[in-house]
Amino acid sequence: MESLWPQIEPLLAQVTKPARYIGGELGAQQVEHGPDVVSWLLVYPDTYEVGLPNQGLQILYEILNERPDAAAERSYAPWVDMEAAMRSAGIPLFSVEGHLPASGFDVLAFNLSAELVYTNVLNLIDLAGVAVRGADRTARDPIVMAGGHCVFNPEPLADFIDVFVLGDGEEVVSEINEVVAAHRCGPTPDGADSADRAALLRALSRVPGVYVPSCYDVAYDDDGRLAGITARFDDTPGRVEKRTIADLGSWPYPRQQLVPLIEVVHDRLNVELFRGCTRGCRFCQAGMITRPVRERPADQVRTMVSDGLDRTGYDEVALTSLSSADYSGIEETVTGIIDDPSCSGQVSVSLPSLRVDAFTVGTAAQIQRVRRTGLTFAPEGGTWRMRQVINKLIREEDLYAAVDAAFSQGWKRVKLYFLIGLPTETDEDTLGIVTLAKQCVAIGKRYHSSVTVTASVGGFVPKVQTPFQWFGQNTIEELTRKVHLLRDAARPVRGLTIRWHDPKATAAEGIVSRGDRRMGAVIEQVWRNGGTFQEWSECFDLRLWTDALEAHGMTLEDAVYRHRTEDEVLPWDHISAGLHRDFLWQDWRDALAEYGLPDCRWTPCYDCGACTGYGIEHVVASAVPPAGGSQGTGQDLSSGGQVPVRFLSTAPSGAGPAPGPGGSAVALVGEGRG
Amino acid sequence: MRIRFRFSKLGKIRFTSQRDVARMWERALRRARLPLAYTEGFSPRPQLSFGLALPTGAESLAEYVDVALDPVRAAELGVDVATLPATLSGLLPEGIEIEEAVLVERSKDSLQQMVTSCSWTMRLAGLTRDELAAAVDALLAADTVTITRERKGREELDDLRPSVLALAVAADGADFVEDPSGRTVGLVAELSTQPRGVRPVELVRGLIAVSGERATDTFDGQADPGRPGSIPVVDRACRTQQWIERDGLRQEPLLGRVVPAGTDRAQHAMERAS
Repeated sequence: MESLWPQIEPLLAQVTKPARYIGGELGAQQVEHGPDVVSWLLVYPDTYEVGLPNQGLQILYEILNERPDAAAERSYAPWVDMEAAMRSAGIPLFSVEGHLPASGFDVLAFNLSAELVYTNVLNLIDLAGVAVRGADRTARDPIVMAGGHCVFNPEPLADFIDVFVLGDGEEVVSEINEVVAAHRCGPTPDGADSADRAALLRALSRVPGVYVPSCYDVAYDDDGRLAGITARFDDTPGRVEKRTIADLGSWPYPRQQLVPLIEVVHDRLNVELFRGCTRGCRFCQAGMITRPVRERPADQVRTMVSDGLDRTGYDEVALTSLSSADYSGIEETVTGIIDDPSCSGQVSVSLPSLRVDAFTVGTAAQIQRVRRTGLTFAPEGGTWRMRQVINKLIREEDLYAAVDAAFSQGWKRVKLYFLIGLPTETDEDTLGIVTLAKQCVAIGKRYHSSVTVTASVGGFVPKVQTPFQWFGQNTIEELTRKVHLLRDAARPVRGLTIRWHDPKATAAEGIVSRGDRRMGAVIEQVWRNGGTFQEWSECFDLRLWTDALEAHGMTLEDAVYRHRTEDEVLPWDHISAGLHRDFLWQDWRDALAEYGLPDCRWTPCYDCGACTGYGIEHVVASAVPPAGGSQGTGQDLSSGGQVPVRFLSTAPSGAGPAPGPGGSAVALVGEGRG
Repeated sequence: MRIRFRFSKLGKIRFTSQRDVARMWERALRRARLPLAYTEGFSPRPQLSFGLALPTGAESLAEYVDVALDPVRAAELGVDVATLPATLSGLLPEGIEIEEAVLVERSKDSLQQMVTSCSWTMRLAGLTRDELAAAVDALLAADTVTITRERKGREELDDLRPSVLALAVAADGADFVEDPSGRTVGLVAELSTQPRGVRPVELVRGLIAVSGERATDTFDGQADPGRPGSIPVVDRACRTQQWIERDGLRQEPLLGRVVPAGTDRAQHAMERAS
């Protein structure tokens, strides 16, 4: 492979943000390719700024490059101006390190984090100079792989991706490398033909966690409904189980987080606190497919933070997970980082994904000591009834206490996330969003003359492998009506801003999320008609999607809005995230009955399947739920709507209460002041 | 305590912006564990002050940054200014190299306000040496050279001529402008920063205007010297010096020493970067 840099360089004077294409990040590896080495191009199918921080991709990049028989480089979707320049100059997709052509790699591996990037995946395969459909690829073409959360319904991309990899990638990536090496490295057999490719794919299909769609037959019944997806070979698994690493502590990656030359999203050191979440929010696919909870040991977190800050020069670290305040001893961990003398008191800590019932004044006081990072809470539902349906069991008083803690510690802006279009949602539930947000503004005004509360409202898209996978998504019209309800109700409230996601984009996401293999033709048509970067509002066009649906005899009603039935074959039934289907169905019935299910970390197991099926367990340092939480704490969960909210009458006196060893609960602080 | 650094920006890294470079500096300074002085307020930042912004895509042999250190802690730690260029160069990305560092007095004016002019060398593609020579003569002879410039997203007409302090075709085999393929011709210029800085592409716009060609905004594009009649484009541009004026003398900002134009630093640095 020869570097394309001399041809790329002249293009960079005419495109926006040319540094997206130059590589040169701290942590970028200059690797040696050779006949005995499997070459991987890890591709994030969105812009460089969005893709570079992806931790999954960076972890695999390091693990592969530590192997003597693998060499990994990276690539990202060129923005539309660069793509046009590349196509007109005849330059294919290239890696950012060596500027090597994508088609020269043995493996093109895509990270799929969101459905609307699927058209970009097709575009990038095409830009690489590789046939878009797997069936048209020849022996020496790269093997096209995909991993990430979206592959738990692989069918819409089954015609384009040779190999899907389910679950945690840390272990399986090496197993895949060995299989590919056995077929691709060493002397090339003369007269290699497509049979060799089929043999390699079949060998890969025997690796646990790997789904090779070409090894499966799809059957439809007379009504055109999916009848089943079955393995074609005896040694191909009928149901593919995801991979799960038992102990996050064995995988302290990334060790050398990439530091980009240009500003990217999440531009900071990121250290993963734990993987998995068992809070059991029914809308949340991430929480369902990444079970069980596996915490990273606290001393390893501290080492990764201090080594990472030393190496990168960042002055901000994010402690990431699906619910960071649930980490055992989160307050001590945050305090330890901020008080570390090597940080010179200039390092700030941010905790994405904060649950309000685990956010305390102590935590608030710690994370704002250096500089105030943005604070976002996600009550998701506007009423207690709604939150019981979705199993986000936080009470009004939890939210108000958290917001009070934030305002009392000096924040003047708070962001709240909500979903609309949830199952059983009434207008009362929708308008409850404004009621909650309005009360938050009122709390803020007790501390500051002017505050801003932003309620960010997304339309709910039912996701596969969750209890809501059977739910028929709200129509565009219904979501738009609800947005208008909210906007009108919020208009008179000073200090409250409502932001919403475009209901049309929500519909397009719904088209792809639960589609079967026939949806591939729709995705392909959208791409062929120019529909790339569909998650970018300036590029998104719903007409491309509805036209393509219509051209293939499909409708929004059937693909998106229709409730699925219990006996229906779902396109992802042969794909397993460990969750028993009857557990999901029961949880769906519980949702409709407005019955909340507590977190199994702190209560007896109810056998969802994620631990028992794989012979693994939760790894948590503390068997005690976080302070202030209403889940598993013995608090009466049915009390939510009725608990009167008590406002604190005095402004904070500067020095807040010292955080105790177990963390100071907001409720306790409130009582002390009252 | 304030330290002024002079550094170069050469090669691939020229595609990063001035803001990107500022962030690279912040990270490198923190990795070096220098006792930085921070701004006050809710969101403290290290106190860095750069010279005149360099356009994205241009290289430079003469970038400057003033870094403020906490004087008490700097004295405690015994910060040795002489060792900083080597230390920090190792912590900055490839293509950014610090040449010198000196202690400077705190001054009222920022570096950016003090710079009065910049020297440039450029490689232009799309025209012959003779065509360039004619255009240079025409521009220098003109009283006014009207070009379109973009200001806050709007296009405006502006007179370029007063900003052009010096302009010449580069000597054969000169310095930075050498192009082994021979497809380009070199230009050297000194451009005033007052009232506004002139970008290399704007200078070329002026050359096109005085040549009687239609001034166009699309020439920042890819060079195609093989195409007959194609318009000149900037193939490579390098800022070789920023100048400040003190006591009526043109001075180099770092040492305050008077430097004659046309030193051989350019050649040296380009060899290192290639």
